[in-house]
Amino acid sequence: MVIAAASGTSIWRITIVSAIILVILAILPQLVEPYQTVLLTYGLIMAIAALGFNLLLGYTGLLSFGHSAYFGTGAYTVAFIMRDFGAHSMELCIVGGMLGTLIIAAIFGFVCVRHTRIFFGILTLALSQVLWSLAFKFFWVTGGTDGIRVASANLTLVGGLIDFKGARSFQRFIYAYYYYVLVLFAISTVILWVITHSPFGKALQAIRDNETRAQFVGISVRRYRWIAFMISGTFTGLAGILWVPLNGLTTPDILYWPFSGEIVFMTVLGGFRSFSGPIVGAMAFNYLKTYAIASTEYWQLLLGVVLVILVMALPAGIVGTAARLAAKLRRWK
Amino acid sequence: MTIFVIQILNSFFYAAVLFLIAAGLSLIYGVMRIVNLAHGALYALGAYVSAWIVGGAVGRALEDNLGLAGLLLLLPLGAIAVAAVGALLEPTLLRPLYRRSEEYHLLVTFGLLMILEDVMKLLFGGTPLSAGAIMDRMGSMPVGRLIYPTYNLFVVAVGLGAAIGLWAFIYRTKFGVILRATSQDRRMAAALGINVSRVYVQAFAIGCFMAGLGGAVVVPAQAAVLGMGIEALILAFVVVVIGGLGSLQGALVGALIVSFVRTAGIQFFPEIELAVLYLIAAAVLLVRPTGLFGRA
Amino acid sequence: MTLLETVNLKKYFGDTHAVDDVNLTIAEGEFVSVVGPNGAGKTSLCNVVSAYLAPDSGKIIFKGSDVTHSSVTERVKAGIARRFQLVNLFDDLTAFDNVALAIFSRDGKIRNMTTLAHRDRGVTIEADTILDQFGLVNKRNEIARGLAQGERKLLDVALAYALRPKLLFLDEPTSGVSTRDKDKIMDTIASVVRGGGITAVIIEHDMDVVFKYSNRIVVMHQGAILAQGTPHAIRNNDNVAMILLGSSGPDAFSRKD
Repeated sequence: MVIAAASGTSIWRITIVSAIILVILAILPQLVEPYQTVLLTYGLIMAIAALGFNLLLGYTGLLSFGHSAYFGTGAYTVAFIMRDFGAHSMELCIVGGMLGTLIIAAIFGFVCVRHTRIFFGILTLALSQVLWSLAFKFFWVTGGTDGIRVASANLTLVGGLIDFKGARSFQRFIYAYYYYVLVLFAISTVILWVITHSPFGKALQAIRDNETRAQFVGISVRRYRWIAFMISGTFTGLAGILWVPLNGLTTPDILYWPFSGEIVFMTVLGGFRSFSGPIVGAMAFNYLKTYAIASTEYWQLLLGVVLVILVMALPAGIVGTAARLAAKLRRWK
Repeated sequence: MTIFVIQILNSFFYAAVLFLIAAGLSLIYGVMRIVNLAHGALYALGAYVSAWIVGGAVGRALEDNLGLAGLLLLLPLGAIAVAAVGALLEPTLLRPLYRRSEEYHLLVTFGLLMILEDVMKLLFGGTPLSAGAIMDRMGSMPVGRLIYPTYNLFVVAVGLGAAIGLWAFIYRTKFGVILRATSQDRRMAAALGINVSRVYVQAFAIGCFMAGLGGAVVVPAQAAVLGMGIEALILAFVVVVIGGLGSLQGALVGALIVSFVRTAGIQFFPEIELAVLYLIAAAVLLVRPTGLFGRA
Repeated sequence: MTLLETVNLKKYFGDTHAVDDVNLTIAEGEFVSVVGPNGAGKTSLCNVVSAYLAPDSGKIIFKGSDVTHSSVTERVKAGIARRFQLVNLFDDLTAFDNVALAIFSRDGKIRNMTTLAHRDRGVTIEADTILDQFGLVNKRNEIARGLAQGERKLLDVALAYALRPKLLFLDEPTSGVSTRDKDKIMDTIASVVRGGGITAVIIEHDMDVVFKYSNRIVVMHQGAILAQGTPHAIRNNDNVAMILLGSSGPDAFSRKD
């Protein structure tokens, strides 16, 4: 349940461990088949989404049930940019998408942080549904349930240096895109790690722990919640932006509220009381869902049962439970 | 003009169904402070069970022998089945979590939602189930130059009856007093000797009954389809937000407001009718989070 | 030099006159105790002065400026800090983080999201110093929730102290603490407060604590100030003894155990 306090020495430990993990992740595509690389890419993308989401939940104590709004805004903005502006640059899509998401997160967040707990949750839900219903109904703009296609062949990475025209376009895309996402994942993780361990991050945790005392220590609670909301939404939006070229298609499903539930699920699965929990949870959930869908028609049942067991028996999630076990082992020795 | 009347009748029909679902949701929240994300799925379960019974062998046998009356007898069975499910779920899934924060309630009921959706898929398959026999049997009545299904008016009557019945139950019976006491202060109620656990399971079962009843009465008019619960939950939320969490009159008034806004919306601004509804909910949450009739 | 002045301060809750036309002056460097039976309005007065509640009428003048309508954060920045009756900590943060947070906030560094908190040498040293003053430095890495009750009380005061306020309100700092620890805790608090040149107002029920540490006592009753003066004067004030204890006479205030 402890958010690891980083003292001077363990920064080295964290850096080394992270570097090792990064190297492993970099080598993997050379060792596994393309399908696994795609899966891994989705995992990394959802990890960014969950990390962003957890800034609000784990660190600020606000449970949003409407984060699909930001994921979806990111995705649809990319689709619009590519379809309506004929743009090809991924960087342009990222910048444009994050800007769009930031605006939506700013507006929604301003409104939502006026409340906490259950009303906050319902408010986030209602607002995300507004976006869903617009995407659903304005089919001549958004393609309705058919959605908008985004062709990876038209995409260029790194300012046009890498393109995917010509032979074996999809294969080349899978590899190049994986590394692209990996880099962005690493950058996002570092940024969010610094934010959560900065004075601002401590202030968020203070707000989470004791809103009144935080005020009496001189922290503007509502404003900080709003800022956290915007950062959170923007990172989840980044995930949506990265998701759509891989998926090739964006539909209203990613704006529908059960998808928000999935984001919550994967974060809790990994453990929302630690920094790395959402990363582990997102990757685990990604594999869980993929294999569930592949093995049974009733995969929702399977996932539902997992979630219920998780909540009842292992509320600390994977990372939290592992940390607890490790602490017990240490004491035992 | 006639079309106008028909729209109004439709709104009342729709409001009756919404009321049943929302009243259950509100009751559960009012007594137990639990937001049940699976509530819509329970509504769907009520619809499926009812349609299945009515369309099944028993239903057909009763229809042959007792006609419409026979079928109508079967309708509440869907609601009772859902209530039974609720009575099983509360002690197993919800009771262990009362001590924990609200986030866990949302999570476990969300998991329950996923489970229920697939259980319905498992039991009833992917094709829509309908209890159309009832609707056909009731025929239609003339409204101006057009005709209108009599069944819809029956549903409005059921909704009204349920509202009155629930009100009487909560405000005029001993159990209702116990319910209200427990919802206001559960520790005090326990100190007074009230078996809070029993009250909780009963309240939850009643809430589920209402949701199931909503499904049971809607299914002759609208077939039961997968995913109907997810959509219904959001609308029930909007009703309860507008009317006030935990308030019976709030559920009634909220259902009427939502229903009429939707009907007007579909008529005049169909693209944004849903968006408008969600925005109204958001606005109410901002300005008066306890809704029209609710207490915090 | 007058630090705080309340002018005809009123706060009513319906028919209850929680703060009834209170004119209180606090001079710099004083250690004032506010006493009175339950419901006298002590905590309400504290709530209004710290901006937890807005007054119905009257003025609050702090360091010469009118702060009556300023917000909580503004008042904190101006130099008024308080602790609540119940221990109010950031339970999932370490003792060190609790104190460091107050320092970051005080120095205006709390909005910084690009540097790592523990890297700030200045803040780290100051936080450790404060923890040491309160006898908590070897618990610095313990999660606040896991500290002993007396330690939590001290941390609570340390948090308020770390803001280096000019005026510190302590609402029942020794309530719920065993008599053994009371003296230890009050000694620590008093020495830190005096050493830091902070003007303190404590709300207390334990008259021994009150008499031992304050240089002025303010007695409140039903929302108004009944009497104020030095411990000696209050001790011999029969009126006060009647209100507080129901009896008067020279032995009224000594502990009867």
